[in-house]
Amino acid sequence: MNLTDLGIAAIRDGVRDGAFSAREVAGAFSAAVEKGRALNAFTVETPDHALAAADAADAARASGDLKPLSGVPLGIKDLFATEGVATTAGSRILEGFKPRYESTVSANLFAAGAGMLGKLNMDEFAMGSSNETSAWGPVLSPWRRSDGGNAPLTPGGSSGGSAAAVAARLAPGVTGTDTGGSIRQPAAFVGIAGIKPTYGRCSRWGIVAFASSLDQAGPMAREVRDCAILLEAMAGFDPKDSTSLDLPVPGWEAGLNSDVRGKKIGIPKEYRIDGVPAEIDRVWEKGIELMRDAGAEIVEVSLPHTKYALPTYYIIAPAEASSNLARYDGVRYGRRALPDNGNLTDMYEATRSEGFGAEVKRRIMIGTYVLSAGFYDAYFNRAQKVRALIARDFERVWGECDLILTPTAPSAAFALGDKSADPIAMYLNDVFAVPASLAGLPAISVPAGLDDQGLPLGLQLVGRALDEQGVLNAALALEERAGFTHRPNAWW
Amino acid sequence: MSVDAATVRHIAKLARIAVSDAEVEALAPELNNILGWVEQLQEVDVEGVEPMTAVIPNRMRLRDDVVTDGGKRDDVLANAPAAEHGFFAVPKVIE
Repeated sequence: MNLTDLGIAAIRDGVRDGAFSAREVAGAFSAAVEKGRALNAFTVETPDHALAAADAADAARASGDLKPLSGVPLGIKDLFATEGVATTAGSRILEGFKPRYESTVSANLFAAGAGMLGKLNMDEFAMGSSNETSAWGPVLSPWRRSDGGNAPLTPGGSSGGSAAAVAARLAPGVTGTDTGGSIRQPAAFVGIAGIKPTYGRCSRWGIVAFASSLDQAGPMAREVRDCAILLEAMAGFDPKDSTSLDLPVPGWEAGLNSDVRGKKIGIPKEYRIDGVPAEIDRVWEKGIELMRDAGAEIVEVSLPHTKYALPTYYIIAPAEASSNLARYDGVRYGRRALPDNGNLTDMYEATRSEGFGAEVKRRIMIGTYVLSAGFYDAYFNRAQKVRALIARDFERVWGECDLILTPTAPSAAFALGDKSADPIAMYLNDVFAVPASLAGLPAISVPAGLDDQGLPLGLQLVGRALDEQGVLNAALALEERAGFTHRPNAWW
Repeated sequence: MSVDAATVRHIAKLARIAVSDAEVEALAPELNNILGWVEQLQEVDVEGVEPMTAVIPNRMRLRDDVVTDGGKRDDVLANAPAAEHGFFAVPKVIE
């Protein structure tokens, strides 16, 4: 048995049953991380952290004190502050930053017995859909096209390192964050599962802020069950986050049930957009057939404001980012640039000019512009009104169906460099993911098939607020019927 | 509306990001493209719609007005690019 082929549930159960030790698991994955450096998925490797947690797990087994994630090593996206471990959010401006505190989500995972294999590469400040904006270089997808060409492909973004690590079996599960698709699109691109829970389920405390009204943490793993297990450990009320939901965390794993007979699955007609490759339509049709086969009722629904979701997002997210990223001033942490004889303003301007990459600057500038005097009403306020209309569309549709099924992304993974010259072409990657983000709804991506070039395609299920269980259950039904067992050939 | 070089410089000033002439030249069309694209929101009828403030109904929690934190000066300063005498150090501000 190859330990790195195991998922979260299998590792947890195997450690519990004594099939192998937690130390063996941590050792196997740490070796895989080291061997997988060509993927550039990790920014920092922390084998000692993983091994220490594993030893604690093995001791806990001996004394009968196993915790929910005892023996499970994880990768942590570099957006999560990890105590004493470099946390850069993929940006030069945070080079050298070692937090003196632990994010709530990673603390929850460690308290549940998990260890950390390392920090995962990502688009700078989570702004990107291809991982190409990372200051530490792009992550390479473990997948390659079947045409024999070895063009390096993107694992998606912003949680690109997270996606690549799971797909390449460098980690059995990871944390991601999703502001406008950053968990779901990379999950789709590499053939794994990833769920963004309802806004407020996971504490944002200690997660480097991008757009606070949208940012949500969530797990990525190869199977739906593993996502349920991880989300259960990550979620929970946190008084340190003012938007954290003060609600008990349901037992999502125990509640898993793939019986979707009688469930109504909505197919939004506005998601059939021009210019989407035929294979995306085909995988969507396949998903519809699989859900019908599982006993669900398929209903066509309408979300009339869908086409405005992306432009709305590209006002709100940059506006919030321009405000959140004002904190990088070269004074309190991270990098400082001070020109000779420069004053305080020169220092701010030089620090931010040198420290931020092109996409981050572009978004800060857009955000600054739409919030500036004279434009606030025309852009930001109007976007917040359209956002209310988008949320209202979903509210109305929940009277007609229980869940919505759509493609996750409008294409399979593209080659590095393919879209970097055109920001809007890059933004369009998240056309199907952003509406659920704007409405704060739980949404999952599950692998559903391969395209003609042998690359994974994902399907998205969106549910009512707080109905992660319904989303997970329908995803499980889809997963069982899609039978996606493909994996990339190891070339790294 | 169109963003010209002067506007780019103004926004960059507001955002405290130093930009070179070459960057201004590159940013102006990029920002115009993006702003032109989001312009489509103008066609949405938002009459009588309240701007969204919270995606999930939630109440603002208030805690007691007491000190719950503090005594962490060294932690706070640990990552500062420059710290002296227990303070953040910055270039001279007052001449």
